[in-house]
Amino acid sequence: MKLVEKNMTKHTFTHLDALESESIHIMREVAAECKNPALLFSGGKDSIVMLRIAEKAFRPAKFPFPLVHIDTEHNFPEVIATRDKLANDLGERLIVRSLEDSIKRGSIVIKDASLPRNPFQSVTLLETIAEFGFDACMGGARRDEEKARAKERIFSFRDEFGQWDPKNQRPELWDTYNTRVHAGENIRVFPISNWTEMDIWQYIGREQLHIPSIYYAHEREVIRRGGLLVPISDLVQPKPGEKVEVVSVRFRTVGDVTCTAPVESTARTVEEIIEETATTRITERGATRMDDQTSDASMELRKKEGYF
Amino acid sequence: MDTTTQLLRFITAGSVDDGKSTLIGRLLHDSKSIFEDQFSAISKTSEKRGMAAVDLSLLTDGLQAEREQGITIDVAYRYFATPKRKFIIGDTPGHEQYTRNMVTAASTANLVVILIDARKGVLTQTRRHSYLASLVGVPHIVLAVNKMDMVDYSQARFDEIVAEYKAFAAQLNLHDVHCIPMSALNGDMVVDRGDNLGWYQGPALLELLEKVEIDHDVNTSDFRFPVQWVCRPQTGEYHDFRGFAGRIEAGEVSVGDEVTVLPSGRTTTVKEIVTYDGNLQTAFAPQSVTLTLSDEIDISRGDMLVRSSAHPPKVEKTFDAMLCWLSESSLDKSRKYLIKHTTRTAKCLFSSVDYRVDVNTLEQHVNPTVSMNDIVRVAIKVQQPLVFDSYEIDRATGSFIVIDEATNNTVAAGMIR
Repeated sequence: MKLVEKNMTKHTFTHLDALESESIHIMREVAAECKNPALLFSGGKDSIVMLRIAEKAFRPAKFPFPLVHIDTEHNFPEVIATRDKLANDLGERLIVRSLEDSIKRGSIVIKDASLPRNPFQSVTLLETIAEFGFDACMGGARRDEEKARAKERIFSFRDEFGQWDPKNQRPELWDTYNTRVHAGENIRVFPISNWTEMDIWQYIGREQLHIPSIYYAHEREVIRRGGLLVPISDLVQPKPGEKVEVVSVRFRTVGDVTCTAPVESTARTVEEIIEETATTRITERGATRMDDQTSDASMELRKKEGYF
Repeated sequence: MDTTTQLLRFITAGSVDDGKSTLIGRLLHDSKSIFEDQFSAISKTSEKRGMAAVDLSLLTDGLQAEREQGITIDVAYRYFATPKRKFIIGDTPGHEQYTRNMVTAASTANLVVILIDARKGVLTQTRRHSYLASLVGVPHIVLAVNKMDMVDYSQARFDEIVAEYKAFAAQLNLHDVHCIPMSALNGDMVVDRGDNLGWYQGPALLELLEKVEIDHDVNTSDFRFPVQWVCRPQTGEYHDFRGFAGRIEAGEVSVGDEVTVLPSGRTTTVKEIVTYDGNLQTAFAPQSVTLTLSDEIDISRGDMLVRSSAHPPKVEKTFDAMLCWLSESSLDKSRKYLIKHTTRTAKCLFSSVDYRVDVNTLEQHVNPTVSMNDIVRVAIKVQQPLVFDSYEIDRATGSFIVIDEATNNTVAAGMIR
């Protein structure tokens, strides 16, 4: 590309600056072009990064959208406490819709209250989208997490059943985003698509973000199942013959308490976690998600059913 | 990796036969960016398929939907980092939809790696990839002459290919071309230099990716600020605050600079550059900021602030453009479409379709019909004026997408001449 003239001023613009500016730009496009957007906020680290980006995009004004949490009620208490504290500190509106409500309504039928609930989150999400008439939901998914995500657009168009059709995606060029939907359809928008696990931790460090304590190393009762550490909770108790150990662990992801596994770690600060992340040899989901290991295409199938 | 590393986006152009997947696999593997669980998954698959060694190309293997239906999703993004830079690879499969896929992936890339099989030399597809890279204005080109192991690592063969390619590249608008001999299969000159190409003095691929100068890939001289969103808190101490939020697409701006609002042409000065991290004295592309201005002028989304300077953008309702048609339904000259250019969306129609470029021969065919994957020269008429530069000067203010209002699909990508 030909340049008119070379400017001699040299500015430092790091990869984090570039990612942040891209994410701010995406959120502002959503705010400007979508009629009734929402930001999905769980209290996990990626969605906490999303909140900081929203502050950077919209302050000194309020966010031009509410925060929405689709609550499995299979939570780590520290995560819910952080969710409520951050929404409150920011003075932003938080809408919580629970899978329990869908279960009561009969739109979710489960065999056992202690089974993992990720597969059912889509139902409550779609019900919430319908209840409020959201035309765009921003989520904190990243392309480095999983190979289905690697092939999904930043603006991911969904039909009225919330389905993702991988072979019918809108081409996405430059950063000119097509945000248009017909009534009843909506889009999922992933402003931090291009961030990696490492970027997230570096950003948490740079911005000094408050995250749930379970992301840092702590002692926890766990049992070993199929190569993963399974945390003991009200919903998960040892089976006969399983040995409960106390191990120094941290969570790389937080989700449904029955299917999120921590990793062994002694990293008690962001700096130590960054160091561990730089040397880890296992992907984030591979180390922590029991539900993504059931089949090679678990995430892809869930997305087609309306999952974000 | 510290937090002062830069971000480089690149794509690879070539087919499976050129060893493209093997190259990406090699790059990820040798830079230790492959995780154990990913490696064990592809080891298992390689074994299942009866292969002797782990097939690194499986790392870029796709979704269930792709395997079942024999289709390939157009673009997948992959990430890796070294202590010097963070990289985003736009990985496009080399199939029949190639033009559309490559244009899409190249639109955000700083660099393209064009793969050549050393036995075959410069082929039709090499010319196609190079033409598309020049059309989309990718600033840096790497010609990766792969499979050097199949030509006995011959320097003479490499020199011959480079000479032929450079002669061709001179006809295109390609400025920064680097040629590297390599064997992705054996790992020569990808991450490590290997023992077989001692005669080659230049950098290996990863070293080049880490070093290539990208600071000037955006236009640094002419301030361009499309207004994205108007920030009006209307509360408390910010009762009268009226800020214009957007991303600086080119150039830089300082407090006190005189700026012109386009298309209205009114001028004012920059009062503050507001960010969450505090007000700035100067801001530059590609920062996202909020500007407040000294005068109350009517400004809304879709307007552009530019520095009142010697290089004003054009403000026109008609212009010529190169178009890459992306949709299965052909261009219909009798219909109106939507054009989205920077932050402005308007109705448009194609007043003429002058010619189609054959991406293999670069020949021009006049009065064409326009179908998916076609590159055409068109004249466009827009319902309201757009504020633009030519694409060659500024990728951000010279590019646009075309949307079919009936389906809401993105049907074309355009570059203003």
